[in-house]
Amino acid sequence: MAHHETHGSTKSYTIGFLLSIVLTIIPLVLVLNHMLSRVPLIVAIIAMAILQFLVQLFFFMHIREGEKPRYNVMALILGAVITFTIVAGSVWVMSFNEQVH
Amino acid sequence: MAQAHAAAHHDHPHDHHDQESLKIMGFWIFLVTDCILFASLFATYVVLRTHTAGGPAGHELFEVPGFVAETFILLTSSYTSGLATLAMHKGNTKALIGWLIVTALLGAAFIGLEISEFANMVHEGATIATSAFLSAFYTLVGTHGLHVSLGLVWMTAIMIQLARRGITPVTHRKVFTVTLYWHFLDVVWIFLFTVVYLMGVM
Amino acid sequence: MEMFEEIKSFASTFFVTGDPLIYGADVAIVMTMLAIVFVLTYYKKWGWLWREWLTTVDHKKIGIMYLIASLLMLFRGGVDALLMRLQLAMPDVHFLHSEHYNAIFTTHGTIMILFMAMPMMFALFNIVVPLQIGARDVAYPFLNALSFWLFFFGAMLFNLSFVIGGSPDSGWLAYPPLSELSSSPGVGQNFYIWGIQISGIGSLATGINFLVTILKMRAPGMKLMQMPLFSWSVLSSCVMIIFAFPILTVTLALLFIDRFTGAHFFTLDGGGNPMMYVNLIWMWGHPEVYIVVIPAFGIYSEIVSTFSKKTIFGYKSMVFSMMIISVLSFFTWVHHFFTMGAGADVNTFFAISTMAIGIPTGVKVFNWLFTMFRGRIQMKQPMLWTLAFIPCFVVGGATGVMLAVAPADYQYHNSYFLIAHFHQVLIGGVVFGYLAGIYYWWPKMFGFKLDERLGKWGFWFWNIGFYVCFMPQYALGFMGMTRRVYTYGWDMGWAPLNFVSTVGAFLMGIGFIFQVWQIAYSIKHGERDLTGDPWNGRTLEWSIPSPAPLYNFAVLPQVNSMDAWWEKKQQMQQGEVKQEPVKLEPIHMPKNSAIPFVMSFFWFIAGFGFTFLWVWMAVAGLIGVGICLLVRSFQYDTDYYISVDEIRRTEKALGRAV
Repeated sequence: MAHHETHGSTKSYTIGFLLSIVLTIIPLVLVLNHMLSRVPLIVAIIAMAILQFLVQLFFFMHIREGEKPRYNVMALILGAVITFTIVAGSVWVMSFNEQVH
Repeated sequence: MAQAHAAAHHDHPHDHHDQESLKIMGFWIFLVTDCILFASLFATYVVLRTHTAGGPAGHELFEVPGFVAETFILLTSSYTSGLATLAMHKGNTKALIGWLIVTALLGAAFIGLEISEFANMVHEGATIATSAFLSAFYTLVGTHGLHVSLGLVWMTAIMIQLARRGITPVTHRKVFTVTLYWHFLDVVWIFLFTVVYLMGVM
Repeated sequence: MEMFEEIKSFASTFFVTGDPLIYGADVAIVMTMLAIVFVLTYYKKWGWLWREWLTTVDHKKIGIMYLIASLLMLFRGGVDALLMRLQLAMPDVHFLHSEHYNAIFTTHGTIMILFMAMPMMFALFNIVVPLQIGARDVAYPFLNALSFWLFFFGAMLFNLSFVIGGSPDSGWLAYPPLSELSSSPGVGQNFYIWGIQISGIGSLATGINFLVTILKMRAPGMKLMQMPLFSWSVLSSCVMIIFAFPILTVTLALLFIDRFTGAHFFTLDGGGNPMMYVNLIWMWGHPEVYIVVIPAFGIYSEIVSTFSKKTIFGYKSMVFSMMIISVLSFFTWVHHFFTMGAGADVNTFFAISTMAIGIPTGVKVFNWLFTMFRGRIQMKQPMLWTLAFIPCFVVGGATGVMLAVAPADYQYHNSYFLIAHFHQVLIGGVVFGYLAGIYYWWPKMFGFKLDERLGKWGFWFWNIGFYVCFMPQYALGFMGMTRRVYTYGWDMGWAPLNFVSTVGAFLMGIGFIFQVWQIAYSIKHGERDLTGDPWNGRTLEWSIPSPAPLYNFAVLPQVNSMDAWWEKKQQMQQGEVKQEPVKLEPIHMPKNSAIPFVMSFFWFIAGFGFTFLWVWMAVAGLIGVGICLLVRSFQYDTDYYISVDEIRRTEKALGRAV
């Protein structure tokens, strides 16, 4: 198991950094210039956020590395499911009697 | 299989390595629990974000240059903490400490900006007690800020240990976990940036 | 003079005054503490206490400390219950004031779940899991000690409210707006928040600790699908702890922020929404009840198999059903507040997901029954409790499915029907399970068995008492009696059933006294276990001496199958095991540390400061916590090796050939 991590390289970190910058600027431009109507805009910027999350997971946090079985990946996936449940579930459950804003 | 090498590893020299990898795994799981913590705060924020109770809403409060600057500073610090890990793998203690210092300074700049943002908002009369929206805002963003601040203290402690002991299996693991933590905080910020700030100024 | 008046007025709010019951408790507490101090000083045991217990990182000792604390909490929660039942025994009783009654049902619920069930569960985690999977300790022994002390000081903080400042009185889950500053201005609610918050950090850490222990520290060769079912149940429970406890932390933190800063998360004004609290707390609360019941399922599985002399029936289906339950538990939370009226779509979804949990649970019940089928069943104490559990839990589960029917729940909600239901699953499922586990593993902890005869008396008092107490409550629920009423009139017609219920509660109390007597009696006269395997067990914990030596296993066992120890015994009988010369190696062990104790004490100081809103004290406590963390970070000399000579000496003294 000696040194299971391959740790990436300056190159991979820099690619991840540049991709993150791009994925930050796109939603910013979309929002500040009102380039989409409300619902597609929200979907687009959340998609960008998730993409950037994945970029950082792969380029910065090296999720592909580490010893097998990858319990950390399993924990992360289940964590993502529960995170989604908590946020989306709360919105759904608490939308009773909400006024439309 | 994991247990196969656990079996092969109960002699001394490997004990350390095994223990360190065990701690890294535990830290991953801790990060998942922290993710759930933020999920609960996000859920609260999303449910209460329209509950301004006659007080100011996000688009009246958030300053675009401010939060954009915070975003890029934190993103850059995440990158520099990655460069620190790279320096560590090359065995370059000086470069490692150097990049950690850059990371910590960027982190401190981020915290400085956030504090001045909060101070400005409070000055305009938008406090935590103004409305449910603002309670949720300050708590969510503040919890992230608190995480960053604690990360700064932790990182400083590790830098001192690095200066004293150099790169050992133990300090190696400590640098690895603190940078993992740092990347995680940047990931959380991506969602804060999107859900709180961008959706706030929409 | 003025100063004296000031001190007097401070003391009269600081200390709880005016109630003879509480004065009595004050005296009892002071006397007990004096007695403890006296005994420790007289027998010169302070050093021993500090070295052997307060600073230990040994999972076996930590487990025993959890057990002692949880039994004390069971006593306090039980006294609360009996006081409530006395108050309700007859109509128009004025034994307790309404405020006092509110405080008692609040502390009863909180203590029983968070400070009794949780630590009793952690006791068994600690005592059993490393031994059962063939490990020498948990993954993070230091963190394990920290978890215990956080629980301990959290529990102390919570219990302190009884004599200082006043008890919380807004229900065991402290729903706002009642728990907000506007309705609960006293410090009791802050005690509640910080007591749970501090012990909750410990629970979360335990969840991480045991998950990693089970995944990474199993004996060589032990595949996950060969692991004993109790360890599987702990794994399943830890998965839920990890995902559920952060939600509790946030929920309580938000409530405190409301109370401390005037924020508006759950207030009625300022745009707050009290139902958001209810939504959040049940996202933790529902998994929480599965967190405590799943390990009980694991215990039953071990016991059924051991005392039927058979491999468990349907091992794989047992594992899958536990894992399915642990994931499903995160998708049922709304059934606790169907009456909020979230809408037909929401209520339908959560009604169906709740009923779905009945399926894997049913699978488990059938597996236990099939394991016993044609087995050679031995009616020992652990098995008795297991047999009592099955019908009790089946009825509790069935009434749970009734409650899951959302439209019908509008009738049952907050009635005594609900009270009867959850006591039936929590006592019949959780308490019976942990008691069974304690009887089962007691010889492993202490090296002697608990007396059968006294135990059987306790068992029958508990069981008969249980049904006498709770069956009438289902009927009372249908008759319209709602929970948390502190008294009722003659005209309601509830008097006879309530009286019967109170009798049942006291029968259970007598059962508990029998158990205390049983423990005291067995310490002197209990059957000593010199074999380490008193029940002819099947799993690895029975392969080592009782109590286990510090390092558990002199040589880590090689595992090739399920029921590893049973297999080995079979092979030894058939003479298939060659006596290989054992090669001992020095064993790597963690050093004791005072930091967990000291750091948790600082948390206690911080919690106390936050409770009374004395910011200076809270800050001082938190600084202490921070210093402890830094000191630990700079500590590098944290472990040592036990030499081969010492292992050989220890094993010889325990009568083991090495």
